Amino acid sequence: MPESSFEDINNIYVSSTMPPSRQYSQSTIPLLPFRHYIGNTEFCTENNTSECMLYISQELLALGFPSIFFDLNGLRELDVISALNSMYGLLQMHRRAVGMLAELEVEQLRVSSDLHCQQLTNSKLKDQLELSKKENLRLCERERQLEANTKALHHCLKNEKEEVQKLQNVIASRASQYNHNLKRKEREFGKLKERLNQLLTDKKDKKQGMDVLNYVGRSDGKRSQWKTGKTDSRHESDMYKALLNEFDKHQRELMIENAELKKVLQQIKQEMVGILSPKRQSGETQKEEKPKEFTDQQIASDEEEENSFKGTSEMSCEHAREQLSNSIRQQWRKLKDHMANLDNKGILKHESPPASLVHLGQGINEEMISKEVHQEEMERLKLEIQQCKDFIHTQQQLLQQQLSTPWDEETAAVLTDCYMLEEKERLKEEWKTFEEQKKNFEMERRTFTEAAIRLGHERKMFEEDRATWLKHQFLNMTFTDQMNLKTQNTLSEYAVQEQKHISSPKTPL
Amino acid sequence: MNFSEVFKQSNQLCKVSPDGKYLATCVQYRLVVRDVNTLQILQLYTCLDQVASMEWSSDSLFILCAMYKRGLVQVWSLEQPDWHCKIDEGSIGLVSSRWSPDGRHILNTTEFHLRVTVWSLCNKSVSYIKYPKACQKGMDFSADGRYMALAERRDCKDYISVFVCDDWHLLRHFETDTQDLAGVEWSPNGCVLAAWDSCLEYKMLLYSLDGRLLSTYSAYEWSLGIKSVAWSPSSQFLAIGSYDEKVRILNHITWKKLTEFEHHPTITNSKAVVFKEVEKRPVIPTEDLSIQQIAMESSLFDIQSKYEIPPLPVQVPVVKPDPDRANPKIGISAIAFSVDNRYLATKNDCMPQSVWVWDMQRLGPTAVLEQTAPVRFFAWDPRRPRLALCTGNTKLYLWSPAGCVSVKVPVEGGFQVQSLFWHCSGDSVVLLGKDQLCLCYMATDEEK
Repeated sequence: MPESSFEDINNIYVSSTMPPSRQYSQSTIPLLPFRHYIGNTEFCTENNTSECMLYISQELLALGFPSIFFDLNGLRELDVISALNSMYGLLQMHRRAVGMLAELEVEQLRVSSDLHCQQLTNSKLKDQLELSKKENLRLCERERQLEANTKALHHCLKNEKEEVQKLQNVIASRASQYNHNLKRKEREFGKLKERLNQLLTDKKDKKQGMDVLNYVGRSDGKRSQWKTGKTDSRHESDMYKALLNEFDKHQRELMIENAELKKVLQQIKQEMVGILSPKRQSGETQKEEKPKEFTDQQIASDEEEENSFKGTSEMSCEHAREQLSNSIRQQWRKLKDHMANLDNKGILKHESPPASLVHLGQGINEEMISKEVHQEEMERLKLEIQQCKDFIHTQQQLLQQQLSTPWDEETAAVLTDCYMLEEKERLKEEWKTFEEQKKNFEMERRTFTEAAIRLGHERKMFEEDRATWLKHQFLNMTFTDQMNLKTQNTLSEYAVQEQKHISSPKTPL
Repeated sequence: MNFSEVFKQSNQLCKVSPDGKYLATCVQYRLVVRDVNTLQILQLYTCLDQVASMEWSSDSLFILCAMYKRGLVQVWSLEQPDWHCKIDEGSIGLVSSRWSPDGRHILNTTEFHLRVTVWSLCNKSVSYIKYPKACQKGMDFSADGRYMALAERRDCKDYISVFVCDDWHLLRHFETDTQDLAGVEWSPNGCVLAAWDSCLEYKMLLYSLDGRLLSTYSAYEWSLGIKSVAWSPSSQFLAIGSYDEKVRILNHITWKKLTEFEHHPTITNSKAVVFKEVEKRPVIPTEDLSIQQIAMESSLFDIQSKYEIPPLPVQVPVVKPDPDRANPKIGISAIAFSVDNRYLATKNDCMPQSVWVWDMQRLGPTAVLEQTAPVRFFAWDPRRPRLALCTGNTKLYLWSPAGCVSVKVPVEGGFQVQSLFWHCSGDSVVLLGKDQLCLCYMATDEEK
């Protein structure tokens, strides 16, 4: 039975320690069980009184209350007062707890309502933020568009300004030109007026006339003719004849040019046909079947065209021209396709850059070399050729040298020596430098030794002077200076030591 | 290359006769005729006043000397030195005088371009042509000498009259659709007449001999237009040089633009060879300079120059023109085709030191010559593709497809070459200085 009460107690504990996130409507529930369990008598019965009392006292001890029993001769008697006190204490505890719970619940209510408010405001603010972001984007977009507009307008403005400037310049130059012309005309007008005045006032009118010794014949020797209507018509006819001659000449030239161009086109066409046709003669391989068909078709069509073209001299020039140009175009297109095919096949075969046009006439097989390899080979061969040429050249030179002086033994000896000559020269130079250096070293050595000897002499002199000076000092010493004897002694000792030291000079060299 | 000695001339009046045998020079009021090869004086004539203009007749028998101030024209005969002819225009004045192609008529343009008087040396007839236009090139004779085109202006409209030179019969007279006709030029085959508007409007009109309008060409509007025009000797091309520094080539079949040559200041085209003239001034030793030395070594102060080929890209020196002035120094002012039609030489006024040579087969530049001074004049050899040019210093420059060479004129005291022209055989060049002239005989083999 205590287990069930334990369970109830556990329930109480469980229900009293609710998580704070629960809704406030449920928080009133814990108050109820307290009232419920007051009337509960299942815990203690007549049989288990002592166990219950023990249990209760243990629990109370655990909670910090004093023991409700007191020992009387080994028997545990219930201390009513302490039990009542404990009960009172428990009640107080309970009340406090309830109060605290109420407070907490209130607090929790407040907090949850605050939270709810906050959430509401948060969501409202989020919405607002979204709206304002959208608004911001919209405004940014509008600003960008306006900026682009202004830039375009600036550009237009600049262009317009430039044009205005240009037009202004044009107007200015035209105006200056007009002014210049106007001034010129005015000047001329002024001169004219002057001349008119002069003529009006001038009485003597200088007549114009020609004074010639005798009349000269015409340059072509013919006589001049009377001016009649016939001459007029003759002039007209002459003029038209001249024009017609010119047109004729022009037309002839154009005809010749036309014929030449036609010939050239024909030649091109034939050459194209020729290039494509040798495919028929090279070996039968699978890959060649395709171009073979090609060329067969081509040749068939070409022959047709040629036959038809022979009869075109009877057809109109326009028609012939069109036919010829169409056939050329067709051939060219076929040639292009053929080239494209070759390129593709070249790639498949070799997995290398496409074949070059150099080997167009040959079959599509190993005979085709890739362009790059071809070029490399060429370079290498060129280099080889150059090297060989140089080699031959030098050999020639040597041979000539040999041949030019074949008889003279001395010269031969000289010749054989000539290879040594260079080395000899070099060696000589080296010897020279070596000798020079040696000389320098000797000189330096001499100067050093001299310097050392001088130094030794000077030192000796210096020491002698010093010794004499010390002697003087010593001799001129007074009675009071006897105290300094020691120092003098030490000094003299030191001097002696120095002298000893100096007497055996060690030259640094 | 040989140089003749120096002779006097005035006013740059020096002309070789059309048959190439004689050289006529004017010295003040004298007319001196020399033999071209020996340079001996053959004839000497004295005019009444300082000669302003001189011209040979087409048969090389007569020489015309015009004195504008006095309104006189004197004609001299080579065969008969005693023969004289004097034309006095009287009070009406004289502005220009020229021969007709038959060598027997003289066309005098009176002052203010009031009229053109045609004087005949064969008979007493005198013809008058009214309302000639005073413009850049108002009168042109066709190459065969049969027709003359004259620009006229009356009632504020431009007209072109075509005359038959035989008897001065008016063949055609038609109005041109131009604002201000600036010039007319016959094609070398004599069948097409090119007429162009003044620089205020880019318009080129092409008329057939019988007066029909063949085509109109206008490259652009508003900006200054045509500056120079040249036909190719075969009449295949018409080159138009304009103020926008481009030369446009029209073809004679469709009269549409074939190509345009742009004179870009930076040359990057590898096919164009740039010849840059480089001057080497000799170092003059200041210490031991004696008068004797100076007298002996006249070449001490000579500036040696040679051509160098600088590596591409090359910057051509550009001189920016004054924008406020009329007739600005910008645009193609000189175009000339070589006689074999292969080359075209052009000069852009804002690159005054350079001459561009274009290859007509490739339609691209083949050479650019950059001189040390502004180019004054250039002319093609009448027989072969060789270009001679001068820049006003003492040197003559020659370009041919083989290369470029500069030759110093070995004249004591310096000879500033201001103008030049070729002898009709192409064997010699006449160099004109300020008041001197010198002949340069070309070597028979090509120079490099």
